Amino acid sequence: MKIAVASGKGGTGKTTISVNLFYFISKEWDSNVRLVDCDVEEPNDVLFFNNPAIQSREEVYQLIPEIDTEKCTFCKKCQEWCEFNAITIVPKLNFAEVDASLCHSCGACSAACEFDAITEIEKPLGTITNYQTDFGKGLTEGCLNVGSSMQTMLIKKLKSRVDNNDCLTILDAPPGTSCPVVETVADADYIILVTEPTPFGLHDLKITVELLDELQKPFGVIVNKAGLGNRDVYEFLEENNIELLGEIPFDRNFAVSYSSGDLLQNIPDKTTRVFGEIIQKIRRKEVVK
Amino acid sequence: MKIAITSEKKGLRSKFDLRFGRAGWFCIYDTENGEVIFTENENKDANGGAGTKTAEKMAELNVSQIISGDFGPKAKALLEKFKIQMVILDEGNKTINEIIERLKNKSTINSN
Repeated sequence: MKIAVASGKGGTGKTTISVNLFYFISKEWDSNVRLVDCDVEEPNDVLFFNNPAIQSREEVYQLIPEIDTEKCTFCKKCQEWCEFNAITIVPKLNFAEVDASLCHSCGACSAACEFDAITEIEKPLGTITNYQTDFGKGLTEGCLNVGSSMQTMLIKKLKSRVDNNDCLTILDAPPGTSCPVVETVADADYIILVTEPTPFGLHDLKITVELLDELQKPFGVIVNKAGLGNRDVYEFLEENNIELLGEIPFDRNFAVSYSSGDLLQNIPDKTTRVFGEIIQKIRRKEVVK
Repeated sequence: MKIAITSEKKGLRSKFDLRFGRAGWFCIYDTENGEVIFTENENKDANGGAGTKTAEKMAELNVSQIISGDFGPKAKALLEKFKIQMVILDEGNKTINEIIERLKNKSTINSN
């Protein structure tokens, strides 16, 4: 069972919700729960845990083709097959090269080459780390190497590492609605969208709702920082018959405890209550049973 | 030698295009015989790799020097390998004709 936490807009509270859900699910529902940080460009879930011990860290690679200009006939077939404009070939200069930063490692060029001129070389993509946590089954984090734009590829590998875990999985998605988010939510059973009651929050929520409708995924919405902004987001939810799972009131102290990494220390009663209610609602979902 | 000038549209009266890989057209000016050819940039709307594709095109066209507003890092790396000189001109209001006239007068931007 997988629950993804996503939002269109960044900074709405995906991490706050994910970390809290992980904590409260482990206490109130099922201690066999794992948190997976899919925001591989800047994973920060780990900051909220006390002495998170590293259980294992694995370097992951992507395959980048290299063209042997001795064997290459400069026929450009590989270039025609490349969807990403990653291959440059200038026959008269005997030049054939792959731009690693454009390459998506799809392997099409290797399949296209009839002259055995292409070899695929492993290039570091990032790391996948398993942390032990004081509660639940632990945290798995993907961390993309600086400069790489292959978030989706790393998220795919990250998901494959936790696929066989026989436990409830919470996927903390990256912000936005592009490929990395699609990859994160693609095989989730249920999705929690986090928004804030501001014009920006609503604007990006609408785009995310469109995405999930297209993917035909069941979802509900949590309004974070409730009390800010206006009522437009609630009207949107009502008009579109979207379930409001809960509201987390805007509170300066909450922001302060987040900033100091103390999200899970001295949790206010009202937060416990809100998450208790949210979990009850999720447990009643058909898809979650 | 052949000099490429990035151009927004086709024709000598067109504005100089400050973009390289996503320029609308290229004006290829031959300093030997004064010939001017315009060629459309078929890669200007590419999802990615417009700069590298355009650098490749410049090499195919035997260009020795390119005048544009700027060059992205991937295009720059390739053009260096192809030994094609990059000239940055920060004058988006100029027309192609004005730039060619300047080249003819051998004033500031031609290193040869």
